Amino acid sequence: MSTQPTAPTGAEPTHFAFDAESEQQIAVILAKYPPERKASGVLPLLYVVQKQMGRQTGSAWIPRIAMDVVAERLEMAPIRVYEVATFYLMFNTKPIGRYHLQVCTTTSCWLRGSDDVTAACKKATGIKAFGETSTDGLFTLTEVECLGACANAPILQVDDDYYEDLDGPRTLELIEALKRGERPTPGPTIDRLNSAPAGGRRVLVDETAAKPQGQG
Amino acid sequence: MLQDKDRIFTNLYGQGDWTLAGARARGDWDGTAEILARGRDAIIGEMKASGLRGRGGAGFPTGVKWSFMPRKNDGRPHYLVINGDESEPGTCKDREILRHDPHKLVESALIASFAMGAHAAYIYIRGEFYNEAMHLQHAIDEAYEAGLIGRNACGSGWDFDFYIHRGAGAYICGEETALLESLEGKKGQPRMKPPFPAAMGLYGCPTTVNNVESIAVSATILRRGAAWFAGLGRPNNAGSKLMAISGHVNTPCVFEEELGVPMREIIEKHGGGVRGGWDNLLAVIPGGCSVPMLPRDVCESVLMDYDSLRAEGSGLGTGCMIVMDKSTDIIAAIARFSKFFKHESCGQCTPCREGTGWMMRIMERMVEGRAEIEEIDMLEQVTRQVEGHTICALGDAAAWPIQGLIRRFRPVMEERIHAYKAAHGGGRPVQVPTGLVEAAE
Repeated sequence: MSTQPTAPTGAEPTHFAFDAESEQQIAVILAKYPPERKASGVLPLLYVVQKQMGRQTGSAWIPRIAMDVVAERLEMAPIRVYEVATFYLMFNTKPIGRYHLQVCTTTSCWLRGSDDVTAACKKATGIKAFGETSTDGLFTLTEVECLGACANAPILQVDDDYYEDLDGPRTLELIEALKRGERPTPGPTIDRLNSAPAGGRRVLVDETAAKPQGQG
Repeated sequence: MLQDKDRIFTNLYGQGDWTLAGARARGDWDGTAEILARGRDAIIGEMKASGLRGRGGAGFPTGVKWSFMPRKNDGRPHYLVINGDESEPGTCKDREILRHDPHKLVESALIASFAMGAHAAYIYIRGEFYNEAMHLQHAIDEAYEAGLIGRNACGSGWDFDFYIHRGAGAYICGEETALLESLEGKKGQPRMKPPFPAAMGLYGCPTTVNNVESIAVSATILRRGAAWFAGLGRPNNAGSKLMAISGHVNTPCVFEEELGVPMREIIEKHGGGVRGGWDNLLAVIPGGCSVPMLPRDVCESVLMDYDSLRAEGSGLGTGCMIVMDKSTDIIAAIARFSKFFKHESCGQCTPCREGTGWMMRIMERMVEGRAEIEEIDMLEQVTRQVEGHTICALGDAAAWPIQGLIRRFRPVMEERIHAYKAAHGGGRPVQVPTGLVEAAE
């Protein structure tokens, strides 16, 4: 099992309150669950916190004080929120860089060159090891397990977006673009349509077969 | 091989419009109310007759699973929970449904929920699939807007709500009871069974958990008929299935294929062949990393379906294969899975929490060859101690790839050990640095 690190001394803010945008999202979230089952909202609310921190501070993470706010809102013991926040890898329990570079290194990506993607990430950001943040505060590099897009391996996830079919040089280009404040279109970085084979699809080519089901 | 006219997922690559208008043009939401009007028993009967087996990995007959839901409502609500936690290494098929054919899922969720007496369904989508979840949410919003779900869904008189719940990066939440725990706002740690979810699942209520694909195909099966679906594939291995090829092929991709097609034909047709030609093939992991790998001679003739792969000591799993050519360090490839399972163990059961760490550390040494020959058997024993001794199947899943490695590639492991010894001064027992024998983190 894995565990999450705690924030360094001095990083914790003294105050956290949901802003108007977050409150709107929370109203939608809590309507999904039976009123007596508010605890179901803990994962979504932790995401709301993380997004708000990203908006407000440029670092999408979850301070402990915010976990207390979530606990109060959901009528849970704070420890129940702490244990959830530290169990799930996608919750950042310490500050991270402006961009979160998440390299998949599991076997399907590794077979197709995730080592090159990792090396390019380190070279472009100056980061020495997984888990570190670049000195300019722009990037945090995390090693992640299978991202579930193996037919487009290797993958680099930047925040919520998948960049696919990468190699070393294209990873460098991507990170340089991020440094310039650009956000390249996610998806394959080679000439291919989503998860169709490179060079064009070999199935779903019969136009006449595209008619409604049950009439074929 | 499957013909285009028999494909269920006709917008698999997102080549067309994935929103409601496009879905309708492809035949989704056509006569949904009439399907519901057939009644619960008829729908479940048709699903049973289709021979559909669970598409998430276990292969349990879907219609039978639906029939486990209590016939009468005892006052507790019923729930359908859809497992969209797709995290099994090598597996990338449900993603295509979520982002390119979301209406198939919404429509089928309505029908499945109706068939099990549920007025609400939750789908648990892995947290990393953020953009995919946004597509599905858009489709759900469109369906509400058009009166297809919500109050009096499709004018059927049945009320149905559909909610998305996003996970947050824990593989274990793909296990159905861990998923339910997570949905209830807890750590994703599997529950003891019984009670099974059909008796006591989400919020203590009768619940059925199905894979995204198992649900998404049901509307089409009910529209085109059980006989059509059962006519594809082989007996007890009916229908078509979403599959994927990753690794060392010329064109990795996702595709829908009939069950029972030779693996080699699939690799040649969809994968564009093994990189460097068929003779360059080393091994294939046929259905996600939890199923044991198959060496080339087996891949030559084995059929891609539940029973054929099982007969070879492997399994169809998720149907998403990882192909490895001869350049692969096969020990390192499997060691990476050991690291994966070590990372993803939830820590609840001692054999898994400690055993995955043991397996990972021994495997790391096996990659170098820094081990004794006898330790191969010891490693095998460790896998046997973990296998079958945990609440959920993660322990088994961690054990099987290593067992597959030892079964199929033992000589490679031995050779590595001999090479290490030769390079490090002969036959003395290898000293294990004390730092490696650490407690599990």
